[in-house]
Amino acid sequence: MSQKIATREAYGSALAEFGVDSRIVVLDADLSKSTKTDSFKKKYPERFLNMGIAEGNMMAVAAGLASCGKVVFASSFAIFAAERACEQIRNSICYPNLNVKIGASHAGVTLGEDGASHQAIEDMAIMRAIPNMTVISPADAVETRHAVKAAIEHNGPVYLRLGRLAVPTLYDESTYSFELGKGVTLAEGNDVSVIATGYMVHKALEARQMLESEGIKARIIDIHTIKPIDKEIIIKAAKETGAIVTAEEHNVFGGLGSAVSEVIVENCPVPVKILGIKDKFGKSGKPDKLVEMYGLTAADIAARVKEVLKMKK
Amino acid sequence: MDKQEIKALKKQATYIRKHIIDEVYSAASGHPGGSLSCTDILTTLYFKEMRVDTKNPKWEDRDRFVLSKGHCAPALYATLAEKGFFPTEDLTQFRQADSYLEGHPSMTYVPGVDMSTGSLGQGISTAVGMALAGKLDNKDYRVYSILGDGEIQEGQVWEACMAAAHYKLDNLTAFLDYNGLQIDGDIKEVMSPEPVTDKFKAFGWNVILIDAHDYEQIYDAIQQAKTTKGKPTMVIAKSIKGKGVSFMEDQAGWHGTAPNKEQRDQAIAELDAFLAGLEVE
Repeated sequence: MSQKIATREAYGSALAEFGVDSRIVVLDADLSKSTKTDSFKKKYPERFLNMGIAEGNMMAVAAGLASCGKVVFASSFAIFAAERACEQIRNSICYPNLNVKIGASHAGVTLGEDGASHQAIEDMAIMRAIPNMTVISPADAVETRHAVKAAIEHNGPVYLRLGRLAVPTLYDESTYSFELGKGVTLAEGNDVSVIATGYMVHKALEARQMLESEGIKARIIDIHTIKPIDKEIIIKAAKETGAIVTAEEHNVFGGLGSAVSEVIVENCPVPVKILGIKDKFGKSGKPDKLVEMYGLTAADIAARVKEVLKMKK
Repeated sequence: MDKQEIKALKKQATYIRKHIIDEVYSAASGHPGGSLSCTDILTTLYFKEMRVDTKNPKWEDRDRFVLSKGHCAPALYATLAEKGFFPTEDLTQFRQADSYLEGHPSMTYVPGVDMSTGSLGQGISTAVGMALAGKLDNKDYRVYSILGDGEIQEGQVWEACMAAAHYKLDNLTAFLDYNGLQIDGDIKEVMSPEPVTDKFKAFGWNVILIDAHDYEQIYDAIQQAKTTKGKPTMVIAKSIKGKGVSFMEDQAGWHGTAPNKEQRDQAIAELDAFLAGLEVE
């Protein structure tokens, strides 16, 4: 694990990098310094439009721009993008299947000090439930860059879930290949599979090391596309390892754990433990402290692995 | 506009009104009142002003129209069908499960519909997006929208109006179909939006007051908007809900109620009588 970079940082850089495509228009709701869309703004000021603190309007404006051939990135914090502007996303963007990409930063409790009112822990569940929507939750800077590129190439709405906190870079830009809807096996193992997304992927890798010292070989899978989810990699993991732990920085309802379980119960039932925020609101605090308080550490993943192994036939 | 042109628009609008009645009657649901109140504006836009191509509905340089009060789809569909975007025979399939004529406008399924609407307050924002795209691309197309007077109770309308003025969208013209009634009754009793003129002016719009059923006033407002630089234009169009059908006029009850057979026949008879009257003028 090398340099630590926040996925929002990588998002801003990617927009600036791929912004040479003149179809791209970036909207923000007065948070461009935080969502990092200011990187695009500096390079292409004429195609950056601040919509002010009016997220609902921003999403529908994005739809109008997209209907005229623009590839629109609309950014805000996940809480205001996915949740305040949910119905605009649903009716004005997803229903007509318009080419709007929602860059939703500061997702989860690792937003830290601003506290519960700003910490989106339901956004993946909500976005995943809307037809036509693609949901991506990248794990590091490299994956984020590729996710932005894939979002530009994909014709239709995309929700990009990004974090505030700097996270370890897991992938090597020169060798990484991203395919929308395909998970990545980060480490092999046949005793159990840990399927993680976003911030929790590097925690899963740490958990793997802890488990290895106890003789447990965990397969680690990074699911960057929550929807459409990679059924193949999940079914294969279920068949080959016989037990699964999912890990996400999101409520245990409706997110990655639910998406993986939906695949498992219909195709290849094996025990699954869902690690996430246990249906309660976040709070203010240092991100690392909150990660501990909300049970999102590598040790928490390792503990869950041991529980699921007891259920394994 | 000369007398012949006005007469032609009157005839056209009456054909559209007849379709509205039959759409809502055959669906046994839908919104006749507000559809009839915005018919003359739609007629003037599509049959006198707007640059559209029925053979190429997605033509990049076309003028755009967003029915922000999406529940008045019967009026939009009838206008588009009369214009030639799709067969008028299909109109009686409105709201049927095996039809493309969705209850609220769908740009995915209905040729000529530029934006899917229905959830109030969102259409005007999408029109702002279209106008912004026109500015970014240095295109000379214009964007039109019709809002309901009840609709402006949605806060998003004001967010959109603020953005349109901020970005000096003089390529955007919106109409407020001011019929004074919403589902629960008089808008001034439900939630008064007054003073409407002052509000839009304060939001930085060029405001024009007209009679929503006077073609010359509608057309003049459109021309005035086109020559107004640096500001979007809001045409506050005083209208009569249910216009053209005597028993529907100015009745909140006809907001979202379909006529029965007898009422349908009476409405059609009244509109046919109006058409016959035009012939002998």
